[in-house]
Amino acid sequence: MIPGVDGFIYPNEVELQWGLLIVLYPYITGLVAGAFILASLERVFKVEAVRPTYRLALLTALAFLLVAPLPLQLHLGHPERSLEMYLTPHRSSAMAMFGFVYLWYLMVVLLVEIWLEYRADIVQLAQTTTGWRRLVYKLLTLGSENVSPEARQIDDRVSYIVTVIGIPSAFLLHGYVGFIFGSIKANPWWSTPLMPIVFLFSAMVSGIAAVLVLYMAFMKVKKTPIDMSCLDTVAKYLFYTFVIDFSLEMLDLLHRTYEADESFRSLDFMVHTRLWGSQVILQICVGTLLPLAMLAANQVWRFSELRRKAMYLIASLLTMVGIFAMRWNVVIGGQLFSKSFLGYTTYKVGFAAREGLLSAIGLMALPFIIVVVLVKLLPPWAEGKASEV
Amino acid sequence: MDLSRRDLFKIGGKLLMLASAGATLDEIIGAAPPPEAYRMADHWWGMLIDIDKCIGCGSCVRACSEENHVPSGYFRTWVERYQVEEGKQPQVDSPNGAMDGFPPSQRMDLKSFFVPKLCNQCASSPCVQVCPVGATFVSPDGVVLVDETYCLGCRYCIQACPYGCRYLHPEKHTVDKCTLCYHRITKGLTTACCENCPTGARQLVDFKDPKDPVHEFLRNNKVEVLKPYMATQAKVYYKDLDGAVR
Repeated sequence: MIPGVDGFIYPNEVELQWGLLIVLYPYITGLVAGAFILASLERVFKVEAVRPTYRLALLTALAFLLVAPLPLQLHLGHPERSLEMYLTPHRSSAMAMFGFVYLWYLMVVLLVEIWLEYRADIVQLAQTTTGWRRLVYKLLTLGSENVSPEARQIDDRVSYIVTVIGIPSAFLLHGYVGFIFGSIKANPWWSTPLMPIVFLFSAMVSGIAAVLVLYMAFMKVKKTPIDMSCLDTVAKYLFYTFVIDFSLEMLDLLHRTYEADESFRSLDFMVHTRLWGSQVILQICVGTLLPLAMLAANQVWRFSELRRKAMYLIASLLTMVGIFAMRWNVVIGGQLFSKSFLGYTTYKVGFAAREGLLSAIGLMALPFIIVVVLVKLLPPWAEGKASEV
Repeated sequence: MDLSRRDLFKIGGKLLMLASAGATLDEIIGAAPPPEAYRMADHWWGMLIDIDKCIGCGSCVRACSEENHVPSGYFRTWVERYQVEEGKQPQVDSPNGAMDGFPPSQRMDLKSFFVPKLCNQCASSPCVQVCPVGATFVSPDGVVLVDETYCLGCRYCIQACPYGCRYLHPEKHTVDKCTLCYHRITKGLTTACCENCPTGARQLVDFKDPKDPVHEFLRNNKVEVLKPYMATQAKVYYKDLDGAVR
C-alpha cells in the first residue's frame, strides 16, 4: 500500500499536480475582479454611497493583479519558457489565453482607469512635492499636465467608457479562470458549465469583502471616522452577491446529488471524509452561512454603529476565509479522488518548498504590501483631492 | 573511356528523356534504391489488447521502464488486476504498476482478469487540446508526443487526461508519457511492451496498413476502448473489455 492512498488509484495519480499555489491563483484573480466590479458600481451604476471605496478598490485590484501571475510562474516546471504562451499560444487551449486576458485587463482597463482617475492629483502632486517624489509624479503625468475643466471632462468621459469595457473584462478575467477548470471533461468535480459563473460570483464576493476590510483598516490607521452609509451599502452589495453565489453553489450541489452519475458515489464519499473539514465546516458553515446570517441580520434589524462595524468586519473576514476554502476545495478536491472513481490520494502542503506554505504566505502578503505602497503614492482619500470635476 | 561527341549526345538525350518521365537521379544512374524510408503519412498507429491473454506477469512494464528510462514510481504503461464480485464495487490493484507482477489472489471465487494500460493515443486528445503552447501534439502517424524542449511543466495535460497516463518527469520537470516507442516503430520495430509480452496480449497495429491483421481482428471480435463516453477517439482497443474496467 502506498501511504496516503485509499482504495485503487491509477499509479500516476499518487502525486497531486496542482497544489497550494494554484489555489492562490483563482483566489487572487477573484479578488481583482471583485474589487474592480465594486469600483464600477460607483462609476457606471452611480451608486454614490460607495464613492469612498472607489479609488481604494481600484488600487486593491491593481495590487492583486500584479501578484496574480506569480503563483503560476512559481508552479511551472520551466518558468523560463512561460513567454512561449505569448509567442506561440496554442489556440485551442484555455490556458493559453491567460496571458492575453491578463495583459488586456492590466494595460487597457486597470492602468488606464487608474491613471485617468488620478491624473489631476498626479499633476498637482508633481507641482507640490520635491525631490525624487516630484520626479516620480512628473513621470506619472506622462507629459499630460492639462487639468482644465474641459480636459477633466474628457478624462471623465474616457474613464467611463473604460469602466464600461472593464466590467465585461473583469467578468472575462475571472470567468475564464473558472473555464480552465470547468472545461476539463476528464474531471467530474470540475466539469460543469456553472463553474465560470460560480467563480465569477465568488470572485465578486471575495473582492467586495477584501475592499471592505481594507477600507476599515485604512480608516483605523488614519484615525478617520468611517463613512457608515458607504459601509452599509458595500455590506448590502456583499450580501446580495453572496446570496447569488451561494444559490449557484447549492444548485450545483443539488444537481450533482439528484443526477447522481457514475462519479457521484466517489465524490460524495470524498466530501464526507477528506473534504469534510475544508468544505462542509470551513467553506459552507463558517465561511458562508455564518457571514450570510450576519449580513442578513443587518438587512432586517438596525444595529448600533459599533455593532455594525464589528459584524461587517467579522463577516467580511469569514467570507474571505470561506472563498479561500472554496478555491481549495475546487483545486485540491478535484485531485484527491482517482479518475477510476475507486480510490483517493492525500495532499500535504510542504513548508519551505517552492510551492509550499512559506511561498503562499509570501504571495498573499505581497498584494497587501503593494496596496500600502500604492496608497502612499496615490492617496485615495478625499482630502486634497483635485479630481472632482 | 573516350567519348565521341555522338556518345555524349546519346547519354544527354537519354538523361533528358528519363528525367522528363519523372525518374530520380538514382534511377537514371542505376544506383540501388535506398532502404525503405519511413513516411509518417503512411501510418496510423494504435494497439490491440486481448484481455484474456494477459497473465499479469508485468514483463511489459519492466520492458517499457528499461527501454524508455521511466523514472521509478511513474509509469508509461502498467497492468491492473480486477477482481469482481457480483453486485459489488470491483477490487482493483496494481502494485508498483505490476512491475513485479501480482501477489497470488486471496479469493479464487471471483471473476478475475488483468488489464494492461498505456496512453490511448487518442486522435481527439483532450491533453493536446489544453496544452497552452502546443508542446504536446498528435503526430501525423497518430502518436501523441510531448516536445520536452518546449513543455512548460504546467501539468494542465495531466489534469485533462481521463486515463491517468501522464506524469511530470521528476528530473526533466516536463510532462512525460508513453510514446508508443516512437523511436522503435519508425524503424520498423514493434514497441518494447509488445516485443516482451510472452502471450501476445498486446499487438502494435497500423490502421493505415491494409495488410495489418488489425482489420480482420476488428471485423471478427467485440472490442471496446476505455471510457468511450469521453469521446477521445482512443486507438487502443480492448478485446472483451469488462464493464467493471475504469
